[in-house]
Amino acid sequence: MNEGTAPRPLVDRLLAAHGWLVYLFFYAPIIVLTVFSFNDNSRVGVWTRPSLRWYGEMFRNDDIMRAIRNTLIVAAISTVVSVVLGTAAAISMERFRFRGQRAMDGLLYLPIIIPDVTMAVMMLLFFVQAFDLLESLTGVRLNLGLGSISLAHIAFNISYVAVVVRARLAGMDPYLTEAAADLYAGPWQTFRRVTLPLIMPGVAGGALLALTLSLDDVVVTSFVTGPGSTTLPVYVFGLVRREVSPLINAVSTAMLLASILLVGVSLGFQQRSGARQSPSDEDEGDANDATTQVVGHLSRVGGDTGGL
Amino acid sequence: MVAEGVNLEASAERADSRRGFLIGLPTYLYLILFFAVPLVIVLVYSFATRTRTGATALRDWNLDSWARVFEGTALQVSIRSLILAAVTTILSLALSYPFAYWIATRTPRVRAILLVLVMIPFWSNFLVRTYAMKFLLGSDGPLSLISQLLGGPPIRLLFTMWAVLIGLVYGFMPFMILPLYAALERMDWSLVEAARDLYASGWTAFRKVTLPLSMPGVVAGSVLVFIPALGAYVTPAILGGGTTPLLGDYIVQQFLQARNWPYGSALSVAVMVVMLAATVFYFRKGGRTL
Repeated sequence: MNEGTAPRPLVDRLLAAHGWLVYLFFYAPIIVLTVFSFNDNSRVGVWTRPSLRWYGEMFRNDDIMRAIRNTLIVAAISTVVSVVLGTAAAISMERFRFRGQRAMDGLLYLPIIIPDVTMAVMMLLFFVQAFDLLESLTGVRLNLGLGSISLAHIAFNISYVAVVVRARLAGMDPYLTEAAADLYAGPWQTFRRVTLPLIMPGVAGGALLALTLSLDDVVVTSFVTGPGSTTLPVYVFGLVRREVSPLINAVSTAMLLASILLVGVSLGFQQRSGARQSPSDEDEGDANDATTQVVGHLSRVGGDTGGL
Repeated sequence: MVAEGVNLEASAERADSRRGFLIGLPTYLYLILFFAVPLVIVLVYSFATRTRTGATALRDWNLDSWARVFEGTALQVSIRSLILAAVTTILSLALSYPFAYWIATRTPRVRAILLVLVMIPFWSNFLVRTYAMKFLLGSDGPLSLISQLLGGPPIRLLFTMWAVLIGLVYGFMPFMILPLYAALERMDWSLVEAARDLYASGWTAFRKVTLPLSMPGVVAGSVLVFIPALGAYVTPAILGGGTTPLLGDYIVQQFLQARNWPYGSALSVAVMVVMLAATVFYFRKGGRTL
């Protein structure tokens, strides 16, 4: 910063104070929850002594363990499928021109804008109708469960993956693929050797976003879940609405830890891939984050329609 | 010769276009089956009839559910939700702008650390963060205990509109901070310098240069907060305790408790239309102020 633009000291100090207060607002609830999850007392607010009692209870609770297993299955399936489908759509949109592209583009964006609740309603009614139709055609009765949850998660995850990968593709030098083609690389070889390595940070970012969204989803899942297929967020949501308990504190802290680990892994990954890139990309290091890309893309969409 | 060359090029282009379409085809088919078709089904349901047992009959098509969307309870709930979402957006903007400005004006090294500190809560499980707020605000929670230890009254914020508002700001504020930060960081600060050189006061330079240049961030952030706040279900369910229903709860209620699927469908379509309109409107308006 240079002197001409630097805010005056008083303003600067006020900004800093405000900044730290915002951080306090962000972190106080999380930290207090974490501390109290190690509280031995079964009355939540009263601190007695530190213990791992509630974590033990968590691991002994069959419902919670089954919910964790369900959550991981759904997250794994929906992340893998949506990364493949989302990346394919991103390439098709960004690298080619075809008839009906605008309509498909809209279809690809809608799931991001649509509210959770509407998405949930759509999925419920769809599966009810689809299962009825299937039964009348084949006589086989399907029910809501891990299958329907995974299909619904894929439906909302594809769009997020596509947005993140497209942002990466848009920033890529198009002549690189042309150069590969000039050197007699086939389309598949060009994709594997040139395009894929270059968009990998975008694909990884999209995968992380899809994984997080799947692990976090409450609303859509609670509409398309069946007996025995409850996921952890839906299970916890059911408890949390009624009460505050030390067991929920422990489960919640474990979930927090899982999300923070995921962010840590992704940051490490980005740093590594950032180091391999040219130094001119350095400035975009933090902007490379998947979230910033989604947000940046959305604001770019805004700029575009604004010009119309 | 020339005509042949053009022909070849045109057929190569057609082949290319076909390939592009084929690469994306599985995705488009998936979205048509699992997104477009469900959307149509919801629309169809909104004109269906609810039988006396609570089942939905796909006949005797009518506009009853749609008529109910624009009257009585639904209208009240909608207005309450709109106001709450608007207040959430304004409050988030007021808190986030100076915060994003502060981060954007630090040195790159400090900036990177401060940004990671924003990312952590942003990526953390939303449900858990909302629960953490419930735990903190509860009448036998830590905050209330401290207040009582200091001789004050127990804190009775939980299950009020205020708790829902705090929870919404807490949950969605990162969506405001990130685009604001992106806009401010991308900005050409030499323009502010130029304004100061031309004897603009700090405040004038901010108002005439920084603020207009960061407008895309303001617009994007507002949309990103307003939309999820309007459809919020988890936050009011946990922090509001269902005392004063908002749109999200109200729609879910129609499906899980009242079992009036046509009415619930009409409501969800209405919410979706309002949100799409809000997105387009905000973006256009933001485009013009530039």
